[in-house]
Amino acid sequence: MSTLIKSARPYGEDVADVLIEDGVITAIGAVDVPADAEIIEADGQVLLPGFVDLHTHLREPGREDTETIDSGSAAAALGGYTAVFAMANTDPVADNAVIVEHVWRRGQEVGLVDVHPVGAVTVGLKGERLAELGTMAKSQAQVKVFSDDGLCVADPLLMRRALEYSTALDVVIAQHAEEPRLTVGAQAHEGEQAARLGYPGWPAAAEESIVARDCLLALHAKARLHVCHVSTSGTADVLRWAKERGTNVSAEVTPHHLLLTDERLATYDPVNKVNPPLRTSSDAEKLRAALAEGVIDCVATDHAPHAVQDKDCEWSAARPGMLGLQTALSIVAETMVRTGLLDWRGVARVMSERPAEIGNLPDHGRPIAVGEPANLTLVDPDAEWTVRGAELASIAANTPYEGMRLPGVVTATLLRGRITARDGKIA
Amino acid sequence: MKHLLATDGLDPALATAVLDTADELKHTLLGREVRKLPTLRGRTVITLFYENSTRTRVSFEIAGKWMSADVVNVSASSSSVNKGESLRDTALTLAAAGADCVIIRHPASGAAQRLSGWLADAGTAVVNAGDGTHEHPTQALLDAATLRERLGSLKDRRIAIVGDVLHSRVARSNIHLLSSLGAEVVLVAPPTLLPYGVETLPVTVSHDLDAELPAVDAVMMLRVQAERMAGGGPGQSFFPSAREYSIAYGLSEKRLGLLPEHAVVLHPGPMLRGMEIASAVADSPASAITEQVRNGVHVRMAVLYHLLASEGAAA
Repeated sequence: MSTLIKSARPYGEDVADVLIEDGVITAIGAVDVPADAEIIEADGQVLLPGFVDLHTHLREPGREDTETIDSGSAAAALGGYTAVFAMANTDPVADNAVIVEHVWRRGQEVGLVDVHPVGAVTVGLKGERLAELGTMAKSQAQVKVFSDDGLCVADPLLMRRALEYSTALDVVIAQHAEEPRLTVGAQAHEGEQAARLGYPGWPAAAEESIVARDCLLALHAKARLHVCHVSTSGTADVLRWAKERGTNVSAEVTPHHLLLTDERLATYDPVNKVNPPLRTSSDAEKLRAALAEGVIDCVATDHAPHAVQDKDCEWSAARPGMLGLQTALSIVAETMVRTGLLDWRGVARVMSERPAEIGNLPDHGRPIAVGEPANLTLVDPDAEWTVRGAELASIAANTPYEGMRLPGVVTATLLRGRITARDGKIA
Repeated sequence: MKHLLATDGLDPALATAVLDTADELKHTLLGREVRKLPTLRGRTVITLFYENSTRTRVSFEIAGKWMSADVVNVSASSSSVNKGESLRDTALTLAAAGADCVIIRHPASGAAQRLSGWLADAGTAVVNAGDGTHEHPTQALLDAATLRERLGSLKDRRIAIVGDVLHSRVARSNIHLLSSLGAEVVLVAPPTLLPYGVETLPVTVSHDLDAELPAVDAVMMLRVQAERMAGGGPGQSFFPSAREYSIAYGLSEKRLGLLPEHAVVLHPGPMLRGMEIASAVADSPASAITEQVRNGVHVRMAVLYHLLASEGAAA
């Protein structure tokens, strides 16, 4: 079985043909085409390593009315992803080997994208005692990332223990940084907009203080820390400081925090409700700069499907979160490539290489080179498309980009040489 | 006017027109034995209250009845968070049942605006009777009506709003309305009871009530909820004690003496006598607190008139 990607531009650079045989890249450049090869006419489109999402909510088990591993895998493949990490806040919670193995197996059965379950740090996400991290790490699912995402491991002693314990397992603790005592009843970024519109505020310091604390703990424990969905410029400053003093910390930013701001609060439409909340335009600008600089390592979607009834209501009753898998590349193209902050090599770094390293996936985020696994994404950088929630592959439709025209279209995704998505359809 | 959702962004000319209508209605009804106008005969007004309220609900009900509207009161004890019908379905039900106007009070900021979106197709007018910590526009209008009556005009008048601004929808509505009508607003409160970003509102801020009082034309005391005090539960402790609050920010008889002779004392009610306002101050000639309630009915009649009966109204 062979596939030829004809006239692609790897990393947006020189045009080359890329031959894939049995899931591996076997030739680049001038290629002898096997007679039976399937041909993808790339016509100068940009070829990138398949994207890796460190932060996805697939809602299975528990909320299959909003997303399943099936529908979420399709959304991921269409968005250019070859691997996703599925967060642990399912029902039941992924805090034991049975659940994480189920998620892993369902992902393999669907076969569109490698679904790596994230294990809970604490039992039931309750923040009281450690879940069986070792058992999950050594299960069939080989859990590499642990997080109580949605909730913060707020107890400093418990966080210290989690970080220390993780060092023996070669796994990473991914923290949802939110000091819960500072966000009681919080609904939106505490700033000018919230003051005027009467939203109880979610102060930037509630994130920054936890990130600072965790960086100090991680350095002390000689552990690896990953910071989920950085949303404030202050957090970027803390990360820069922590990295300079040798802390083994990585961080992600979501596409929505790169593009959207608290100006959106004026409508009170909960499609814009997310945790951490949309911040100011100054924050968004500084997050873009921090991503370009490498202070923030990567982009992660925090893809969070929600049912209509959980969004089409008054703001305070709505669930936080928004869809992201199929729009991430376009938002990165809009905010980072069009602005000149990143070239396509940079996009490969923040959407594939760094997340694969952080999630410890040896077969993803690899160079486009002979002998490497063919996990690849082809992007038409010049094409534009209009986002329609109803047309996205997710069961839920809660996209904040409804009706927006965005640059960058994923035209093909390959997982170990197999075409999983092509021209906007699951292959 | 299609809806009345907020005073933020409300055209001052329209606000003035509502206040003028309220004045006219007040004078028309003055001394009449039968206080009933036929203006809204055959129109249906529904009050939909998700929070306890006596004065606001009664005031709207009387306003509707004096205009001959059919007024239906709905109290919903729970929001859609916990149980029962969603706000959207309730709204659509009331519109389908024939409501020309829904007057809503809800604990969620923005609830009235959301309702107006859901009811856009039905053409039902929405009045915000208090949404979370956002706005309470008819309270601000009745405060403005009372101040106009006492002071003649709001232009260049200096008005202090004192107390729990952070949690007060009355304060937010007054800040925007009074400043758009030409008044200067000064907020006097401990820093913990001011919203972060307060400097971006059209106000000045002070923590010294004694220093502000001699220069103001009116002082509006906000209610201080006991649960905001130390020991009021997790995340509270906005100030150390009722005693310390009262000493620093309460309107005592002594402080009444610092006010200029013509100055007016307002309170949106319900009052905590002895806490934010001394009994003798509430009952003094400077106090316009019962006038506020009286004017509330006329102002709400005027709002219903502009929404349902005047040219450019929703229907």
